[in-house]
Amino acid sequence: MRAFAHLLDRLSLSASRNAKLTLVSDFLRQTPDPERGWAFAVLTGSLALDAAKPALLRRLVESRVDAILFAWSYDYVGDLAETVALIWPAKPGANREPDLSEVVDTLSGASKAEAPALIEAWLDALDAIGRWALLKLLTGGLRVGLSARLAKQAAADFGGVAVGEIEEIWHALAPPYGDLFLWLDGRAERPSVETPGRFRPVMLAQALDPKDDFPKLDPADYAAEWKWDGVRVQAVNEGGVRRLYSRTGEDMGAAFPDVLAALEFDGVIDGELLVRRGEGIGSFGELQQRLNRKSTSSRLTTDFPAGVRAYDLLLEGQTDLRGLRFAERRLRLESFIDRLDPAAIDLSPLQAFSTWDDLAALRAAPPAGDPAKAEGMMLKRWDSTYQPGRPKGPWFKWKRDPMRVDAVLMYAQRGHGKRSGYYSDYTFGVWREDAAGARSLTPVGKAYFGFTDEELKQLDAFVRNHTIERFGPVRAVRADEDFGLVLEVAFEGLQRSTRHKSGLAMRFPRIGRIRWDKPSREADELATLERILGGG
Amino acid sequence: MERALITHGHSDHARPGHGLVMATPQTLAIMQARYGDGFASQTLTLNYGSSIARDGVEITLVPAGHVLGSAQAVVRWRGLTMVVSGDYKRRRDPTCAPFEPVACEVFITEATFGLPVFRHPPDTGEIESLLSSVRQFPERTHVVGAYSLGKAQRVIALLREAGWEAPIHVHGALDRMNALYVGFGVELGPLAPATGLPKAALAGQIVIAPPSALSTPWARRLADPVDAFASGWMAVRARVRQRGVELPLVISDHADWDELTATLIELAPSEVWITHGREEALGRWCDLAGQPWKALTLAGFEDEAD
Repeated sequence: MRAFAHLLDRLSLSASRNAKLTLVSDFLRQTPDPERGWAFAVLTGSLALDAAKPALLRRLVESRVDAILFAWSYDYVGDLAETVALIWPAKPGANREPDLSEVVDTLSGASKAEAPALIEAWLDALDAIGRWALLKLLTGGLRVGLSARLAKQAAADFGGVAVGEIEEIWHALAPPYGDLFLWLDGRAERPSVETPGRFRPVMLAQALDPKDDFPKLDPADYAAEWKWDGVRVQAVNEGGVRRLYSRTGEDMGAAFPDVLAALEFDGVIDGELLVRRGEGIGSFGELQQRLNRKSTSSRLTTDFPAGVRAYDLLLEGQTDLRGLRFAERRLRLESFIDRLDPAAIDLSPLQAFSTWDDLAALRAAPPAGDPAKAEGMMLKRWDSTYQPGRPKGPWFKWKRDPMRVDAVLMYAQRGHGKRSGYYSDYTFGVWREDAAGARSLTPVGKAYFGFTDEELKQLDAFVRNHTIERFGPVRAVRADEDFGLVLEVAFEGLQRSTRHKSGLAMRFPRIGRIRWDKPSREADELATLERILGGG
Repeated sequence: MERALITHGHSDHARPGHGLVMATPQTLAIMQARYGDGFASQTLTLNYGSSIARDGVEITLVPAGHVLGSAQAVVRWRGLTMVVSGDYKRRRDPTCAPFEPVACEVFITEATFGLPVFRHPPDTGEIESLLSSVRQFPERTHVVGAYSLGKAQRVIALLREAGWEAPIHVHGALDRMNALYVGFGVELGPLAPATGLPKAALAGQIVIAPPSALSTPWARRLADPVDAFASGWMAVRARVRQRGVELPLVISDHADWDELTATLIELAPSEVWITHGREEALGRWCDLAGQPWKALTLAGFEDEAD
């Protein structure tokens, strides 16, 4: 448990992706089975040990520590599990330190009534970091800033395999993943994936660079369709086994029973998961209401009914179509979809064009209705087979130009690692008018990329020279009607948000340009963003 | 003050401008290094164990184990003994003499870490987590924020004990104090400046700097630095996050909760006066343990160090 606890501790304090990959892959290399397998289950979110409620923690700690001293300590530390971990007075001559496998095993065989005594004994045997990790695991409050995808990437790095190879078999594996690690250690073949309903690694597109790419490409070689703004999914019904996978092979079925029920076919469809209503598709923000949930409610499925818009057909009955050309797969897809309920599963229509200019015009001014909500366009070579990963050439995505808004820099925060010593995270705001007509800035987002190294130095110097207040690592900079730095912020979309004072949240905001020339009072107003939100 | 007895050289305890300053030779040297020759109009050197008497009051300095030259003042008057412990710790520290318990009627204790959540782990484990991170990230510079008097030298000495023999790079602000420690016989091994080197030369190296230098433009010379910070406050994650520290090292020159309470049990004075930190929580412990106590409010300065 100690090694795992220290891993969680380091992960929770490391900002860099590379550092996290190193930490996890080193851990997998150095830790024996089954400990690393259970740890991997925790890191990928496949194992939850909700064995303790906060009330139990309080009860345990107050049996050992004066309630007043505990209350003062909790006030100071601000987190229950952490306070208990730090304050816990171990009984002398405590037990052997448990490993994670032992915790998992023992809890799965224990009754609810036995749990408190077990937890107490483990707390006695662990050090403060071990206690913190254990209590976070048991109360389900572990947040270390590592996605399941990144955990799998680290396992792939450790085994020297492509992450797609792990994703392809992921659905068929179960903790503690003995067969996976045998393979990653190089001691066995890759576990078999010949199970019905399995995930097939997804084919992805390269970003298109119109200036460089179009002169080399012949429009006649390519089909075009809208790039819908939802979540890419693989919808499976293989001999009655129904699955809905994300593009990384996560099983999303439990949160989308309505979609599973609509998979009235035998085959595998590649498509986009969208909120579907009679009048057209919903926004990404609406779909988000249903994402990242372990289950769903009838209210959610009624308010945000979901469906699939099909791009491709990978399996038809028993026949694997992935080796066929896109043109042939497309024909088969069209007749396949024809037999299904269009309210739940429909076809992503191809767009006719003869020159790249035609296509550019279509992308710039999509017709009203669903296409106006698309994220851009997809180009697919008519003769492309379905290849996992992101091959260069057969498929391109040509995203819609980002939305832009001129905002004023309000706060800056110091970066870490390579950006150590620079104020590199910027919070920006737009003007809002109160009832009395007075204008003030309200924060609408935060961005930490989009600028060059040279621009970073200029921004950093601006922050240092115009700081008006400091809060720990954050500086407030001067930003008012007469003075302030205007940043052109590019973003992919807007959503309503209760977490932000402005009521809005941006998708993928980044700094487009620094408008040294623009007076702060001419930056955009909140009303401009409200209009974008209303229109989109 | 006309006459000042100084327990140790941290700036919240030792200020310039007094008349006569009495302190250990190390503390006087530290004050001179920090404030210059004119830091006091007169000085009186008191070695550990030696005494000075005036108006029937006898004062003896004994080691406090806090930093180099740190002392407790043992005050005796008409058979009554009062110990002003200053800042202290009970753990072994290769850079200073260990705390010496003195039986007394009144014990004045600090309470910087006077909450039961502060229980410093063994420093060997903290140094090992630094060294294992250096092995794990050989392409990055590990920069350890450490207060310039005491903590920096202790971290260096602990690294030497753990077998780190390479030159340790130090921020210029630490040079004077490092030299002073070496002059008093504390071995720090080979030290090198952190400036004037290409980034690549600092990859895989350990740099010691004052905490205020972390994440400042000074740190831009380092190779993708891992910010570490050696301080007792690093036990609490909110403090770690607030400072943006990636590798917290819980190494403190103050007594933690267990050391504070063990010291009170060991000395069992007739009365404890608690100052300098969380008086109320340590007082609560005294109440529960039946140890008479009172809070002592001192005129003083903000704490410089942990």
